[in-house]
Amino acid sequence: MSISILIAMETKFDKTVEILFELKLSDVMRRDIITIGPKDKMSVLQRTLQKHRISGVPVVNDGTLVGIISIEDLIKWLSDGGRDCSIEDIMSKNLQCLYADQPLMHAVKKFDQFGFGRFPVLERESGKLVGIITRGVIINGTLNRLAMEYQDEEIRQYRASHFFGDITADQKNVSLKFKIAGKDFDNAGKASTTMKKNLKRLGIRPDIIQRVAIASYEAEMNVVIYTGGGSMLYNITEDKISIKVTDNGPGIDDIEKAMQPGFTTSESWVKELGFGAGMGLPNIKKCADKMDMQSKVGVGTTLKIEIFIGEDDEAARNY
Amino acid sequence: MKLQEIIKQCGFELKTQNENLNRDVTGGYSSDLLSDVMANAKDGNIWTTLQTHSNIVAVAVLKNLAGIILVNNRVPEEGTLAKANEENIPIMTTKLSTFEIVGKLYELGIKGN
Repeated sequence: MSISILIAMETKFDKTVEILFELKLSDVMRRDIITIGPKDKMSVLQRTLQKHRISGVPVVNDGTLVGIISIEDLIKWLSDGGRDCSIEDIMSKNLQCLYADQPLMHAVKKFDQFGFGRFPVLERESGKLVGIITRGVIINGTLNRLAMEYQDEEIRQYRASHFFGDITADQKNVSLKFKIAGKDFDNAGKASTTMKKNLKRLGIRPDIIQRVAIASYEAEMNVVIYTGGGSMLYNITEDKISIKVTDNGPGIDDIEKAMQPGFTTSESWVKELGFGAGMGLPNIKKCADKMDMQSKVGVGTTLKIEIFIGEDDEAARNY
Repeated sequence: MKLQEIIKQCGFELKTQNENLNRDVTGGYSSDLLSDVMANAKDGNIWTTLQTHSNIVAVAVLKNLAGIILVNNRVPEEGTLAKANEENIPIMTTKLSTFEIVGKLYELGIKGN
């Protein structure tokens, strides 16, 4: 009955159909399979079904699937007199199976086609029995996935504008500050990856997050590679994300030269790690709507980056 | 093409414990300069490199890459694997060179984009 609902959904709800194609049997099938042997007696079957409150079991001989037997077989056997015999005399040997790598939709179609209550699931390469699938399992798997996607969607829709809209103040901004240790390559990039996650939570548009992430990472790496350390201050308002990167030297002698693609002063061991190719500052410029750098040799450098959150801006178009 | 299928076809050795091998790989990028990858790799790309330190994971996270292939028999540093597991970025290794593995990927239909 429930399966026909799913079939009806096929035409109505694109999302459900998508899920049925996306989910593999291996994602939802029951792996704790209860089995019975072909030489077991029918009375054992009765007790097994009762004990586990299930309506059918695969018949397995030395790890190989040889048949399947259900409560209907048991009832028919009882009405035929119920003379104790082996499972293999009663079980269905004409097996219909599914493979673990098949999409759930194949199972739905198969339930509809055969009207069985369960199908054994095999691993394609080994032919080994790895799970069992019932209508209930399909429905649970689909509903779980729907719930998960609904949650993601809820988070995604909680855009920054809502976040700020919920708060009353004359001026609204969120500030987050990270300390950056110089020459610490093990933790380099941590501020930027953390900020990417934070911006995602705030519901900032993915293309804007991407530009903030790149600019931020390059700036963070500059502090790690060239300086003794510094800090990064992120400021998020309703219309822009600003990053202020400050370090304590050594400072840049010729900013114009530093901005040229390919210009670098980094040592060879840094280059071997894949950094210091002279692309950092040009990369930041490409991502930013506004960029301003002030530096004094022996004192330090301050880099200000602004990326607008607005619907359509120049850097977004060029990016 | 799904990452899982690519791993199988190319015989990569998967070094991380990942659950996101079902991702569609949108294309590929090859570079050992992290800034270059930051600038030019695209969402969902697979990335071949000979860099093994933990910053490759940060780059992959920031660019939302599908996975990292280490070429020439290179093995990831221990910190790299820990970070990759934490961020759920698959890292694979191959004994082939960049040139050879890119050729193989291209034959499978993974283009540069």
